[in-house]
Amino acid sequence: MTSSSHRTRVSRVVSPAGFDIWHVEDYTVPLVSLEFAMLGGAAQDPADRAGLASFLAGLLDEGAGPLKAEAFQEAMEEKAIELSFGASRDRLSGSMRTLTEHVDSAFDLLALAVREPRFDKDAIERVRSQIISGLKRDETDPQSLTRDALNRLAFPGHPYAHPTDGRIPAVQAITREDLKTLHGRLFARDVLRIVSVGAISAEAVAAGVDRVFGDLPAAAMHHAVPEVAMHSAGHTEIIDLDVPQSTLYLALPGVSRRDPDFMASYIVNHVLGGGAFTSRLWHEVRETRGLAYSVWSSLRWSAHSKLFLAGTATSNERVGESLRVMRAEIARIGESGPTEEELSKAKSYLTGSYALQFDTSRKIADHLLSLRVDGLPIDYIDQRNHDVEAVTLDATLEAARRLFGNAKPLVVVTGQPQGLDA
Amino acid sequence: MTTLPAFGHFHLENGLEVVVIPDHRAPVVTHMIYYRNGSADDPLGKSGIAHFLEHLMFKGTEANPKGSFSNIVSDVGGQENAFTSYDYTAYYQRVAKEHLERMMTLESDRMTGLVLEGPEVLSERDVVIEERKMRTDSDPAAQLQESLMATLYVHHPYGTPVIGWGHEIEELGREDALAYYRRFYRPDNAILIVAGDVEEAEVRALAERTYGKVRPGNAEKPQRRRVREPEIKANRFVSLADQKVEQPMTQRIYLVPTYIRAPENDAPALEVLNQILGGSQTSRLYRALVVNNPLAVGAGSWYWSDALDIGQFGVYAVPTDGVNLPDLDAAIDAVLAELRNTDVDAKELARARTRLIADMVYAQDSQAHLARMVGSTLTTGGKIDDLAQWSERIRTVEAADIRRVANRYLLPGKAVTGHLTKAAA
Repeated sequence: MTSSSHRTRVSRVVSPAGFDIWHVEDYTVPLVSLEFAMLGGAAQDPADRAGLASFLAGLLDEGAGPLKAEAFQEAMEEKAIELSFGASRDRLSGSMRTLTEHVDSAFDLLALAVREPRFDKDAIERVRSQIISGLKRDETDPQSLTRDALNRLAFPGHPYAHPTDGRIPAVQAITREDLKTLHGRLFARDVLRIVSVGAISAEAVAAGVDRVFGDLPAAAMHHAVPEVAMHSAGHTEIIDLDVPQSTLYLALPGVSRRDPDFMASYIVNHVLGGGAFTSRLWHEVRETRGLAYSVWSSLRWSAHSKLFLAGTATSNERVGESLRVMRAEIARIGESGPTEEELSKAKSYLTGSYALQFDTSRKIADHLLSLRVDGLPIDYIDQRNHDVEAVTLDATLEAARRLFGNAKPLVVVTGQPQGLDA
Repeated sequence: MTTLPAFGHFHLENGLEVVVIPDHRAPVVTHMIYYRNGSADDPLGKSGIAHFLEHLMFKGTEANPKGSFSNIVSDVGGQENAFTSYDYTAYYQRVAKEHLERMMTLESDRMTGLVLEGPEVLSERDVVIEERKMRTDSDPAAQLQESLMATLYVHHPYGTPVIGWGHEIEELGREDALAYYRRFYRPDNAILIVAGDVEEAEVRALAERTYGKVRPGNAEKPQRRRVREPEIKANRFVSLADQKVEQPMTQRIYLVPTYIRAPENDAPALEVLNQILGGSQTSRLYRALVVNNPLAVGAGSWYWSDALDIGQFGVYAVPTDGVNLPDLDAAIDAVLAELRNTDVDAKELARARTRLIADMVYAQDSQAHLARMVGSTLTTGGKIDDLAQWSERIRTVEAADIRRVANRYLLPGKAVTGHLTKAAA
């Protein structure tokens, strides 16, 4: 059986105005996805304005240029154009999806949103009330409470200590001037990363990109954000919430994305708790003991920090046992690393599954953008599986010892846990 | 292009229905098996058995004992999972295409070869109990949702949560699971869907070599015997107050027909009505409640249109500080009354149709999404042609159709309203 399938080919397109775009051209479905990131997201919020970048992102499609919010939304709807914006710690991102036949209108609307957001008073109040509503809901949501406390304890005094959406008093204090100022500081050519995927030529993408971003200032005005190591090692924090099940997070210092040990560490984490249905934590916590529905671990790197995180949710009366099992598994892998067999299985999973990240244009665009944000080169997607294969058993042992040898985790539990000696 | 690509569609001799969705953009496939049984087929007193069995299906067979299926999926870099709904139970793996036959061999083996022995049945029941605690018992909004459903359907099993009621899950055992398994897991009750870098002919050959060997079983093909809802005259209201509620909410749900049961073009009309009423930031509800006179921080609507039996139409709003839920209900009523009393305007109608028709194009970006659309359509009484004709049916919905369905279904006294509020400390 012949088939016309192909590996994803990413080409570098340099637009007439000098923008560097990673582009995948594919005409199977008549759609175009364009994604961009302005490096420097919530971490650029002023200390007394936590949530500002997120607020700014929320206002970009709430009226721009001559179009007030309703007219802007109607213009999108009339052609089924999707624009969305959001902020995370280290970037403010935008995404444009459109049918190819409407790509010109989509670029026009995106250009308005990026260059001339109106910041109308009624739109500001509407978005403010929506953000506050979400923050209120987070106040009793076990996952949000746990995550928030963990960041607060791990990164005290650092911008990463606050949730991306901020805190209610800070969000209440944000003014139109704050939003305009941040827009002026963050939107610039030197921090812009762009990727595009779909039924559109390189020339047409380049022309559209120039139209959207062409007259941005050359350089962003970022505050310096310091590197931050994990604080509160060895501390256990309990947040009381009247629920039958506790949510538990455990944190340790991690590794950064560009660390030479990154891939070995990534494999160690996969064996411990990264691989669904096959990891050591899954086997011990869920399969053998039925302690939880979900148990996981992951490496979480940001531009200025690095964490290892593990988590589960288990009945209040079984928290002590669950934590003991998780800590024992962390200690075990920290002492002797993965086995030869686990290493080879992890490699075959990680290399085999990489293609699954390339089967929709949105997934391709998301993945390419995160590579760009992490500062990886355009040939990374060809190189990546070789990097996985090159990891030796010694390297994983080394990485496991570095991550988990003598581990003093920061633990946060939300619920009414029993069996913890806090 | 708004038409779907051509799907392959055939049956094996043992009754297994097969659909092939070619997509050659990446050398991967999505392999799914849908069974035409879901929680609404749980025997009385055994709520949660469909979902519990879905968990137990990962416990191994004689040929592939405990854990080996998942280990093989992981070894080849695949992803897998399963899900249970009211009307179906589905299992899937996503793998590089060269591993498709292996997946088909393993999945066809567990269609009839499941072995349930030892302590894993009870420890898996604990896992399900933890899952229920996570999803429902820790979340007041989810608890209210359960009560809303139980009130909306006074007789039909859609009123029972998919995961089951806690006290019945605790009593489920090995024999219940096996009896349920033997009744429903058989080729003539299943649909195989393969989407991705494949062609119909190769899937047919592979399916015959793997699933083709599974015998249909001696008992008669399982029939779904669902009770019908009685005509209820009473307007119903449920409420839940909990100290953990920081964001109150009102919602109202109407029973409405689904695609396969609706007369005339009522289902596409409800679809367009839903888009106009609450499908976007330009919708009637969002404008009236969030933009023009800010009573709410969010408002919208939804239409559950692909159920085997009776569908739902829901509206909801989340109030701004200081707004009472009854005032919000009154504002929603006013928006609904307007839809019953006057025609929607032409621009609004055009916008809604465009958005819905484009959704079908956007859907084609994802082979996994298309596979799910086919699976849920075929297990809820629809046909593949329904998907191909969907855009055209949306295109022909007129203002009069929308007014008709608003008057036919979204009537005061035909719904359940639910309020979620914060309890006094």
